[in-house]
Amino acid sequence: MLRIKSDQKQRVTLTVNDKTVSGFAQPRLLLTDFLRHELGLYGTHVGCEHGVCGACTIIIDDVATRSCLRYAVQCDGMKLRTVEGLEDVDGTLNALQKAFNENGALQCGFCTAGILMSATKFLQENPKPNRDEVRDMLSGHICRCTGYEQIVRAILQASGQ
Amino acid sequence: MLETETAERWIGARYPRKEDAALLTGNARFIDDLEPVAGIRHSAILRSDHAHACIVSIDTSKAAALPGVHGVVTGAAVADTIAPIPSAVRVPIKFYPIAIDKVRYVGEPVAVVVAEDRYIAEDAIELIDVVYEPLSATADPKIAMSENALLLHDDVGSNVVHHRTFRYGDPEAAFERADRVVKLDWRYPRYSSTPMETYGLIANFERQPDRYTLWSNFQGPFILHALMTGALGVPGNRLRLITAPHSGGSFGIKQAMFPYMVLLAACSRVLGCPVKWIEDRLEHLTGSSTAADRADSVEAAFAEDGELLGLKFDNVVNVGAFVRAPEPASVYRMHSASNGCYRVKNIAVENRLVVTNTTPIGLNRGYGGPQFYYALERVMEAGAKELGVDPAEIRRRNFIQPDEFPYKAPAGATYDSGDYEAGLNQAMELAAYDDLKAARENARSDGKLFGIGMAAGIEPSGSNMAYVTLAQTPEERAKAGGRSGGLGTATVSVDPSGSVTVKTVSTPAGQGHQTVAAQVVADALGLRPDQVDVITEVDTLTSAWSLASGNYANRFSSVVIGAVADAADKVAKKIKLIAAENLEVAPEDVELVGGNAQVVGVPEKALPVRRVAAQTHWHPAGLPDQMEPGLFETTIMNPEMLDAPDEQDRVASAVTFGYVFDLAAVEIDRKTGEIEIVKYVSVHDVGNVLNEIVVEGQIYGGFAHGLGGALLEELVYDAGANPQSGTFADYLCITAPEVPELTIGHFNTPSPHNTLGAKGMGDGSSMLAPIAIANAAADALGTFDIELPLTLNKNWAAANGLPYARAGSAKAKVGGGPREADNFEGGLTGDGSVELSAPPEEVWKLLLDPDTLAAVVPGCEELNQVGEDSFTAEVTIGVAGIKGVYSAEINLRDKIDAQSLRLVGKASGALGFGQGEGNVTLEAAGDSRTRLNYSYRANVGGKVAAVGQRMLGTVTKLLIGQFFRGFDRRLKSSGAGQTSRKGFFGRLFGGRDA
Repeated sequence: MLRIKSDQKQRVTLTVNDKTVSGFAQPRLLLTDFLRHELGLYGTHVGCEHGVCGACTIIIDDVATRSCLRYAVQCDGMKLRTVEGLEDVDGTLNALQKAFNENGALQCGFCTAGILMSATKFLQENPKPNRDEVRDMLSGHICRCTGYEQIVRAILQASGQ
Repeated sequence: MLETETAERWIGARYPRKEDAALLTGNARFIDDLEPVAGIRHSAILRSDHAHACIVSIDTSKAAALPGVHGVVTGAAVADTIAPIPSAVRVPIKFYPIAIDKVRYVGEPVAVVVAEDRYIAEDAIELIDVVYEPLSATADPKIAMSENALLLHDDVGSNVVHHRTFRYGDPEAAFERADRVVKLDWRYPRYSSTPMETYGLIANFERQPDRYTLWSNFQGPFILHALMTGALGVPGNRLRLITAPHSGGSFGIKQAMFPYMVLLAACSRVLGCPVKWIEDRLEHLTGSSTAADRADSVEAAFAEDGELLGLKFDNVVNVGAFVRAPEPASVYRMHSASNGCYRVKNIAVENRLVVTNTTPIGLNRGYGGPQFYYALERVMEAGAKELGVDPAEIRRRNFIQPDEFPYKAPAGATYDSGDYEAGLNQAMELAAYDDLKAARENARSDGKLFGIGMAAGIEPSGSNMAYVTLAQTPEERAKAGGRSGGLGTATVSVDPSGSVTVKTVSTPAGQGHQTVAAQVVADALGLRPDQVDVITEVDTLTSAWSLASGNYANRFSSVVIGAVADAADKVAKKIKLIAAENLEVAPEDVELVGGNAQVVGVPEKALPVRRVAAQTHWHPAGLPDQMEPGLFETTIMNPEMLDAPDEQDRVASAVTFGYVFDLAAVEIDRKTGEIEIVKYVSVHDVGNVLNEIVVEGQIYGGFAHGLGGALLEELVYDAGANPQSGTFADYLCITAPEVPELTIGHFNTPSPHNTLGAKGMGDGSSMLAPIAIANAAADALGTFDIELPLTLNKNWAAANGLPYARAGSAKAKVGGGPREADNFEGGLTGDGSVELSAPPEEVWKLLLDPDTLAAVVPGCEELNQVGEDSFTAEVTIGVAGIKGVYSAEINLRDKIDAQSLRLVGKASGALGFGQGEGNVTLEAAGDSRTRLNYSYRANVGGKVAAVGQRMLGTVTKLLIGQFFRGFDRRLKSSGAGQTSRKGFFGRLFGGRDA
C-alpha cells in the first residue's frame, strides 16, 4: 500500500462536471478546500465542516456526498458533479434551478448548492416523490432563511407535479 | 427604435429574484471566495477553554517555530496596538477583542496565529501553552447578580453593569385600581439564528498611507465603523470597510463580527501582511454572538371587564461577558412600544444588564422582540384565563383602534397604521377558531393534552439610532449631545451607454434587495427590472453611506427603498425634462413607459430612455438650460419622525410598525413529551407588498426561526459556564420535517411613513411563534410555568407532574476560588460494577501498581508517581473525532486497604480540561473473585465539552469497559501485582476529560 507522508503533496486528478482537472493536495486536505481553493470551484460551500448542515453536498461517483467529510486524495480518479455543472447544455438554468427561482426557494443562497445536488440525485432515484418524501430528504440540510416550504414546492415542481 | 409600448407596474409583482441565477449556478461570490489583495496569509484563533480564569502565562515559542507560521499575536501585542473598543454605555470595562490578562468566557480569543494556510495555523494554536488560574464562573444572570458573586470586571464593582427604571403614565395608580393583577416570571433561553455562512474577513494594513482595509461579510450597522476607528486610532477615511457581494445569512448575528474586524486589523498591522480569517462552526457557536437570554418577570393589571390598565416589566438581561455595542440596545429596541398592540397607558419598566461568563450577546432576528412578547403576550393570555374570557376577546378589548392612527405610544413610538382587530379576525377565520376549540374539547375528553395559544405584536422597522441612548439618563444624554435619526441612502446612475445602476449600501444577506430596488427603479424609469443592475455592497471610501447603513431592523423596505424611490424619481424627472425639450412638449406631458420617454396619449411621439439618458454624457451642451450634466443622483433621507429621546425618555424608535398575529394549536403526547403543531396561522400587516416572493420568503423564514426557539434551539451552558452546544449535532436547528404547515394571511394597511406605503417585515413570526406556541403548550399542560425550548424531556415532565429541567436552574458555586472537584451539577456522572478474577487483596495491589495501570489504561503514554498518593499521567483520548493528549493529575484519598478508595483528579490538554472524582469499593465475591463497584462524577470544559457533549457519556463508559477488560486480563496473567503504587483512575478521568 502506498504510504504518503503527512506533509507531502500528491497530484489528485478528478473528473469534475465532465472535465478532467487536477491539482495538488496534502493527505489531510479536505475535498471542500481542494475544490474551492485549489480548483477554484467556489460554488460548493462550507457550512459546518462536521457533516451536519449539508451545504457542501456534491455528487461523487453518482452518490450525493458531504464533501467536507472527504479528503481530496480519497477521491483521486473519481467523477464529481458540483453546482457549476447543473445548467442545461445551452447554458440556461435547468428545470430544478428554474423551479428554485420561480418558487423563491433560496434567499442568501449559501446552502442552496448542497440542496440542489441532493435534490438532483433524489429526483433521479425518486422521480415522482410526495411532499413528505421531499421533506424527509431535506432533513439532511439546514437552511436558515427559507423555512423550507418554498424548497419543497420547487422540488415538487421540478418533478413535474 | 421604440422598445415596447406596454405600461407595466413592477412593484407588488411576484417577480422572481434577480439574485438567484448567480446563486443557483455557483457564480455568486461570498467572502471566502475572494482574494482581493495579493499575499494573503491565513489565521486561526486560540480561544479560552476556561469560562473564567486569570492568564498566568502564554508561551507561543513552539507555535512560532512551526514551519509555515508567519507570526503569533497575543493580547499583549494587541493592547500595544489598539485602544479598547468603545461601549454604548459608560461603564469602566475595557473591552478588547482578545483577552489581555483574564479570560471571561469559553471561546474568548487568547492568541491569533497567522500562517501560510489555515491547516498550519490550526496546528500551531495547539502548540501554544497557556497557563490559566481558574476562577469561579457562572452563566446564570441571577447568580451573577447575587451579592457574593465573583466580579467579572472589578472596576465596575458589580456584575450589574446597567440599571435604569422608567415610568410612563401612572402605573402605581393603575395597579391600585385593578380588579386583577397577574404576574409571571420565567427564563428566556439563549439561542441564535446561526447563519449558514460564518464570519469571514480579510484585513490589510498599509503602512502608507497608514490605512486599514477590511473585506468582510459584516452587515452593519455602520455606526460601528466609528467604534472600530476609535479602537484602531485612525480617522474614518483610514478604515475602509468593503463588504462581499453576497452574504450567507446574517439575521443580526453578523453585526457582532466588528471586534474580530478590529482584532484581525491589529494582527495585520503587527505582522505586516494581509490576514484572512474564516470562522469555523465551533467558533461561531461559542465565540460569535447570540440573542439575549433573560430572567424576567411581568405584572399586568386588569379591570374586571378585561381592560388592561397597567404593565410592569422587570427585565434581567444576560449580556454575556462584555457590554458589546450596540448593547444594551436589545432591551431598548421594543421599549418605546412597550404597550404592544394595546391602548394601555401606564407602564413601568426596570432594566438590568448582567455580565456573566458567556459569549457577549448582540443583534439576532427580532432583536429583543421575542423576549418582550414572551412577557406581554403570555401575561395577556394569563389574564384572559384569570378573568375567564377568551384570549382573542381580551386582545380585542384592548387593541388600538383603526381610527387612532397615527398612534402615539406612551413610551414614544408613533405607530403609522394598522387594523389589529381585523388581522385577529382574519386569523380566527383562517384557523376556524370555533372548530379548533371544539377539537380541543374532544381531545381533552379523550384525555389528550391539546392547547390553543395566540400572540399579537407590532413589528418596529427602520430604527432610530438614538433609541440606544435610552440607556443613558436624560441628564447624561444632555451632556453627551444630541443623537437622532436613521439615514437611508441610495444612488441611481445612468452611464454613457444608457445602462442603469443602483447602489443601496444595504448589505443584504438573502432579502432580495437587488430585485426590489430594480422593481422600484424600473417603474420610475419605464424599464424592466432586468435592465436595472443593483449593487448592494458597501465600500466606505466610495459609497454614499451613513451611520444607519447596513441590513438590520427591517430597514430596507421601511427606509432604504424610500431613498431608492427618491433617487429614481430625480433621475426620471431629469430624463423627462430632456425628452420634453427634444419632443417639444411640456415636461408634465412626458411619461416613461416601456423603455421610452413618450408624450402622454401620443405614444408614437417617443424617444428611448437610454438615448435621452446618454445625452447627459455625450452632449451636455444640448441639455436644457441650467441642467447639470451626467445622471448620478444620490438621495440621503432621514425619516422625519426619528427625533432624539425627550426628557421623559420617550423616543420614536422606528419608522414603520407592521403587525403580526399568530395562532397555534398543539397536542402534547403524555407518554413521550412530543409536541405536535396541529395548526399554525399567521396574519401580517406589511404595508404595501413590494414583491410577493420576497415577502412570503421572509414570513416562512421568520416562522422557522421562531419555531426553532420554541421547540429545539438553545445554547446550553453547564453549571461551570462551559458551553455544551458546539456543533450542529448539539445545537439543533429546525429542519424541514419539523416545520408544520403554515397558513398565511394578510391584512395590510399602507404606511404613511414610507413613499411606497411599505413596512419593514423581516422579523415577523421569529418574534411571535415562540410565544404563540408557548401559550398553546401552557393551555395544553394547564400551567404557564413552562420554559422554552419545549423539548421532549420538559414536556414529558410537565405532562406528568414531574420536576422540570429549566434553563438557568443549575446551581453553580459562586464566590471565592474554585475548589477541587467542588461542583458537578450538570456534569458527567455514572456508576457501575465489574467482577474481577482475583481476590480483593490482589485486585487492590494491582490497582495501585503504576506499571500495570500504564499498560491497561487506554491511551496511556506515561504514568508517574509524584508523591505518596499522587500521580501524573499523559493520556491520549479521542472523543467525537477530536483526539488529543491530556495531562492528568490524580490523588488518592480515604484509602482503606483492599476495601475502598476515592480518587480526585484533573486533566487538561489542548482540547479541553476536566476535573472529577471517583469512588471505588471492593468486596469479595467468593471463589477468589472480587466485585468492584465504582462511581464517578466530573465536569468537562473546553472544545471537547462543546463538541463532544453527546458522546462523553458513551465514551466514558467505553473506556471504563476497556480498562477493566485489560485489567482483568492482567490479573489473570500476573497473578499478583508488583510493588509500586499508582493512580489508576488517571485514565478514568482522562477518559471523561477527553
